[in-house]
Amino acid sequence: MTHIPKPRIRHPSLRINAVGLTRRDYEGSMSTLCAGCGHDSITAAIIEAAWELDLEPRTVAKLSGIGCSSKTPTYFLGTAHGFNAVHGRMPSIGTGAQATNPDLTYIGVSGDGDSLAIGLGQLCHVIRRNVDMVYILENNGVYGLTKGQFSASADVGSRAKRGQVNRQQPIDPALLALTLGATFVARSFSGDKAQLVPILKAGIRHRGFALVDVISPCVAFNDHEGSTKSYRYTRENLEEAVDADFTLPTAGITASYEPGSVRAVTLPDGSVVHFRKVPDEFDPGNRDRVYAYLRERQGAGEIPTGLLYLDPDAPDHRDTLETVSTSLVDLPFEELCPGREALERLLTDFR
Amino acid sequence: MSGLNDFTVKIATVNGTGSASANGLLMKAIFRMGVPVSGKNLFPSNIQGLPTWYEIRVSGAGHTARRAEFDLVVAMNPATYARDVAEVRSGGWVLHDSSWPLSPDLRRDDVTFLGVPLARLCNEHFEGARVRILLKNIAYSGVLAALLQLEMDVVEGLLEETYGRKKALLDSNFEAVRLGYDYAKEHFDCPLPTRLERLDATAGHILIDGNTAAALGCVYAGATVAAWYPITPSTSLVDAFQAFCTKLRKDPGSGRNRVAVIQAEDELAAVGMVVGASWVGGRAFTATSGPGISLMSEFIGLAYYAEIPAVIFDVQRTGPSTGMPTRTQQGDLMTAAYASHGDTKHILLFPADPGECFAMAVQAFDLSEHYQTPVFVLSDLDIGMNDWVVPALGWDDAYRPDRGKVLDAEALERMERYHRYLDVDGDGIPPRTLPGVHPKGAYFARGSGHDRYGRYTEDADAYTDVMERLARKIDGSWERLPEPEVLMMPGAEVGLVTLGGCRAAVLEARERLVEKGLPVNVLRVRGFPFGPQVGEFMEAHGRTFVVEQNRDHQLLSLLALETGFPRERLVSVGSYGGMPLSARDVLEGMASGGVGGEGDVSSQAASERELRAPIAAALGRRARGEP
Ligand SMILES: Cc1ncc(C[n+]2csc(CCOP(=O)(O)OP(=O)(O)O)c2C)c(N)n1
Ligand code: SF4
Ligand SMILES: [Mg+2]
Repeated sequence: MTHIPKPRIRHPSLRINAVGLTRRDYEGSMSTLCAGCGHDSITAAIIEAAWELDLEPRTVAKLSGIGCSSKTPTYFLGTAHGFNAVHGRMPSIGTGAQATNPDLTYIGVSGDGDSLAIGLGQLCHVIRRNVDMVYILENNGVYGLTKGQFSASADVGSRAKRGQVNRQQPIDPALLALTLGATFVARSFSGDKAQLVPILKAGIRHRGFALVDVISPCVAFNDHEGSTKSYRYTRENLEEAVDADFTLPTAGITASYEPGSVRAVTLPDGSVVHFRKVPDEFDPGNRDRVYAYLRERQGAGEIPTGLLYLDPDAPDHRDTLETVSTSLVDLPFEELCPGREALERLLTDFR
Repeated sequence: MSGLNDFTVKIATVNGTGSASANGLLMKAIFRMGVPVSGKNLFPSNIQGLPTWYEIRVSGAGHTARRAEFDLVVAMNPATYARDVAEVRSGGWVLHDSSWPLSPDLRRDDVTFLGVPLARLCNEHFEGARVRILLKNIAYSGVLAALLQLEMDVVEGLLEETYGRKKALLDSNFEAVRLGYDYAKEHFDCPLPTRLERLDATAGHILIDGNTAAALGCVYAGATVAAWYPITPSTSLVDAFQAFCTKLRKDPGSGRNRVAVIQAEDELAAVGMVVGASWVGGRAFTATSGPGISLMSEFIGLAYYAEIPAVIFDVQRTGPSTGMPTRTQQGDLMTAAYASHGDTKHILLFPADPGECFAMAVQAFDLSEHYQTPVFVLSDLDIGMNDWVVPALGWDDAYRPDRGKVLDAEALERMERYHRYLDVDGDGIPPRTLPGVHPKGAYFARGSGHDRYGRYTEDADAYTDVMERLARKIDGSWERLPEPEVLMMPGAEVGLVTLGGCRAAVLEARERLVEKGLPVNVLRVRGFPFGPQVGEFMEAHGRTFVVEQNRDHQLLSLLALETGFPRERLVSVGSYGGMPLSARDVLEGMASGGVGGEGDVSSQAASERELRAPIAAALGRRARGEP
């Protein structure tokens, strides 16, 4: 398949956001994925979130690995730079890029094969470093692009299209991220745009690493009876545990929430995440409680979704590196090169 | 052969007992006496307890290559006594600790044994087991000072520089060095005929290792990102970079760093971080050794194909696999030249010493950004970790980095459309853009097939078009690479082609051959791809020896592959067992491989006989078939 540009038609009635762009301006080239693929719905949610956040595409850097999921960054924000890394190694690209230029908004897209098998090591370490980026794991339980092998997130007992049954324990990215000290952990479903868009917005605004695990059925290889990542299974077993809403600093807190049922968490940039419908035993700021809650619900056959854990104040990777707050790209050479006289002084140690 | 300002001392100790500071003290003291000196640290891959050796070569004539003929051995490790005693040249000396009797079967009649009760002296004068062990090293330095006529003022001055602020430490070091010195003066006929005399041959020079020099080069080049994973012998490069940055890269206002040094989880991530940093416009590098290069290969191919700069220091050690981590080799030439699957070729720089590590570090960044491609600096353990005497590093304040063709917002604004891989001016290097600058500059960097417009493609012609341009770009890069070092003399029909740290041994071997009447020319390649000069040099010589340190003649193969010069007309010479190359290795290789040996090229212009005699003479032997 070669590149397919999308015809650009601007309808006068299209709404414009604060930076003067319509939703269409956040699109990319035409998707070449299978019709009905969950990944395309996530692309649509990313476009919506970016538009609503008034992101200037120029200031966004899109990152991905290899897989059907990792192809999707060409399908959104066509006027943003993108980087398609080697399989499973997108986190290192993000880490190096973000350490160098923190002024960009980093949006990473990966798959369950890319993240949980070949790239598991890099995923773990990018979480530990708390690199400031959103990391969208488009989780379909299979390797789509290589035609349907089980991935490391396939559930025990789930059946592949050719009939094999998976017997190995799955890796749950949300639980994994919690144990590794992630500062933002969310789960959603590609078919639930209403839930996904605010989560993505909060993840983009979060200062630090935001893991968004999105169940995203593969219609070609993993949407049949017996698959736990099919549309049908997911719709029946997803449990919206936590309904999180996101408001920008300028919007202020909406009054419609009943006190008591809402927990508000303010992000460093002033935007606010509201947790609604929060069950009593759930506290999005308590890592151990969240972990226990997820395990318990899993035991009951549920897949809890929502913004599950949030620590807005943890130091991010650049804080740990104690790097200047500006982009290293813009530092003038004179500030980087100590010059001849300094060299002569330095060399006295070697005489 | 040996004598005044011309001798080699080998010091045998146990790893982890603090001998490094004593060895460093001796090196620097000799250097400060104005006498050229080189040190080879032969250390084990271990933290404590295994044997370790330090070889100090003093050469008033300025020869820096390893010389494996030892005039004096300091035998401080009972576990290696037999071997160490056996290595002293006939007529030489063994300095040993006579606190215990030396086994009679270790004795040799043709060497002089100098016993000093170092352990007993230290036990009598100092408290604490650790302190006694450490100061024993300083005490043997004192003995050496007396034997070799090392100026005590210089030695004590150095101790003061090191311990000046710690009075107690300084006093005990003074005492230890005096203990050894006085004992030797009293009991032996000092100095030995093999001794030092003040010279003025190190003025304007420094004593530095290649990793430190390369790190300084990175600072001066304006590198802003280093990502790495620890591996001997490259670790000290990033350690040094970090240390320099702590001094030189603090923002005065905030106290924060104008640099990011990231310890990655492995080399795959390290090089990924470098590629990511370079993609957004940083000057980024990594430092590693062979095993790391193997892991980095996939990303290196991506950087080549997506045209993203990356500077990679490969401080080579012996392979294959883990190999001998603390021994030197030039075994990664092929791997680096064509790293990664598919058709790739990379720019390589070959520093010969720490001075070139500094200069080539800076060049590597410029070349990498100019050609938008990975650049390797192929150093090795010997250059990287040993102290070398080199001319003081110089810097021109007029230097400005070559960032290559990078379009800014204004340029992009003026353009109708921008296409990432379109060779607009015919030099094979399309301009690049950085994220965040201008929406028109946006493109998708990828390792998958792309056309000249930067679009995904599976079309044969569109793919081939880009691949052909890439080949042109890299093949043409020799024009900007450091030129070969060429030494010519009239009448020479023998040529030596070499690279990197072999330089010192090659030049010394050449000097000896010339003395014996054999004119020899030398060409040292300093970069890859090779320029036309290299092929011309080989063509111009009846006999060309290729001097390198690996088993499979990798430089020879690269020369044959890339210049089309017939492989059969090249003779490989060198050693690859992990030791730095010596002039003797070169001469012996020429004697066996080049003349009447396996690689006989007697059909060539210089006759066997003409060659054989001077090579044998340079080795101090008679040639085969000579009376
Ligand atoms: C080093 C390497 N090994 C194998 C592959 C082949 N490969 C391409 S995509 C893929 C799996 C992708 O699975 P996932 O990340 O789940 O993406 P999906 O297609 O399911 O969205 C594999 C194994 C590759 N590109 N690179
Ligand atoms: S194979 Fe599966 S994951 Fe890939 S595009 Fe088709 S439906 Fe989507
Ligand atoms: Mg998948």
